[in-house]
Amino acid sequence: MGEPVDLAATAAEYLSDGETVLVGVGAPGKAATLAQRSHAPNLTLVYESGAIGSVPARPPLSIGDPTLFAGALAAMSVSDTFAYVIEGGLIDTAFVGAAEIDRRARLNSTVIGDYASPKVRLPGSGGACEIVAYARRTLVLSPLQRRRFPERLNFVTSAPPPSVEVVVVTDRCVFRRPPGGDELLLDRLLGGTTVEEVQAEVGWQLTLSDSLAGEVAGRA
Amino acid sequence: MSSAETPTLAEAIAANVKPGDSVYITGFTHLIGFAAAHEIIRQGIRDLTLIRLTPDLVYDQMVAAGCARKLVFSYLGNPGVGSLNAIRRAIERGEIEWEEYTHGSLIAALRAGAQGAPFAPVPAVAGTDLPRHNPAIATVRSPFDGTEVPVVAPLRPDVAIVHAQRADAQGRVQVWGSVGDIPEAARAARRVIVTAEEIVDEEALRADPNRTLLLGRGVEAVVHVPYGAHPSYAQGLYGRDNRFYRQWAEISADPDDLDSYLEEQVRSIGGWDAHVERERERLNELSKVGESVPNAVNFGDNAAIAAVQE
Repeated sequence: MGEPVDLAATAAEYLSDGETVLVGVGAPGKAATLAQRSHAPNLTLVYESGAIGSVPARPPLSIGDPTLFAGALAAMSVSDTFAYVIEGGLIDTAFVGAAEIDRRARLNSTVIGDYASPKVRLPGSGGACEIVAYARRTLVLSPLQRRRFPERLNFVTSAPPPSVEVVVVTDRCVFRRPPGGDELLLDRLLGGTTVEEVQAEVGWQLTLSDSLAGEVAGRA
Repeated sequence: MSSAETPTLAEAIAANVKPGDSVYITGFTHLIGFAAAHEIIRQGIRDLTLIRLTPDLVYDQMVAAGCARKLVFSYLGNPGVGSLNAIRRAIERGEIEWEEYTHGSLIAALRAGAQGAPFAPVPAVAGTDLPRHNPAIATVRSPFDGTEVPVVAPLRPDVAIVHAQRADAQGRVQVWGSVGDIPEAARAARRVIVTAEEIVDEEALRADPNRTLLLGRGVEAVVHVPYGAHPSYAQGLYGRDNRFYRQWAEISADPDDLDSYLEEQVRSIGGWDAHVERERERLNELSKVGESVPNAVNFGDNAAIAAVQE
């Protein structure tokens, strides 16, 4: 297999200058910082805690960190953040996490095993269910591992509607479900990874995007 | 309530939190009522239904202490650190009941509870597995376009406990920084206990009316509790004790360590004053937040407004 590529570095490429971006802590925050330092200095950072237009002076441990509110453009209640900012369609790009992702770009962050008697209890939706339903584009960051890309999810936590775009950034490749699409297409190969290597880690038969299919055909 | 009542925290909890109650301790990362939670643990109040968007360390401690029969939540993690180990163990071992929402649907349920609305639409949960596992989420047919719409039942906690930067003796509350779930949870609750970093005169509220979140409805007790949100934070007063949030991963990993923590740091101490005394050095450090006092805004002088020629 090729070399793994940093998730945040790839994700940063998907942020455009001037966008309103719903961020989380960890890799999403890093992606936003990388984008701000290169091609997208004017991002409006939104956190689901109600911090709008944050200028973090340190990497926050929590999305409710005081550094996200001091100097922010607005501090909103959770109710207003969801009813106005998120469900009102103000988010261009949003980051969410997931333990499992399926062919239709549905996400599980709730449970592994039976819901009522779980093998592993995960955090649950938080705001992810609403975020993926209303953000114009959702970015999901996940290492490419077979257990994370199953044929069938243990639980459907978030079900992005067909109108929105979903991009799944992994350390080996990028999947994309374009607006109006109904399945994730393999869109980019990273770090010298091949289609066959991706297929070995994914629980469904891959479909390539037109651009990647053209690239692969050109190489052959 | 009358302004004459200024109970101690122990009195306020004993009078207003009863076994079997549903309790919502507010604060989204910010202003989480740890002082009140520790008092509930000290009093050994059990059989509670604990409601929060993010159970946080505060409910991990209460579940470990045996206060809870049921948990109602929408995000079950220690952000940036990992799991809430006590709650996760209780769920995986089948030792606690739970009811799960998304942030948007739990806030909508509280909003409906506060308004007396029969239900609230929560379209985002369509196509997810959540409605099958939460009896408070159902589907109705829209009378306008005939589509199927997921809706959530109203939620009214018996008691909300609100920690605020500022309150008056009537329980009117002002908060700045993250407002979080305070408005919806407190407005939906049947009874409210207010703990505050500072108790101010009504005049201080009137000088800055845009900041007032709650009007005192349902307030049964107002208690002055400095540092009452530690290890969470109070914007402009003291920072979040991220070191403790990280340590919690270790403390809570082992049930015996967790029991020792609860015994030594919560149950065996006299009250929150003792906690503050013990943590004095750390709290002094966390309080070095500096100053950013916004430019004053002009509301106009009321007498002058009235004197303007019509």
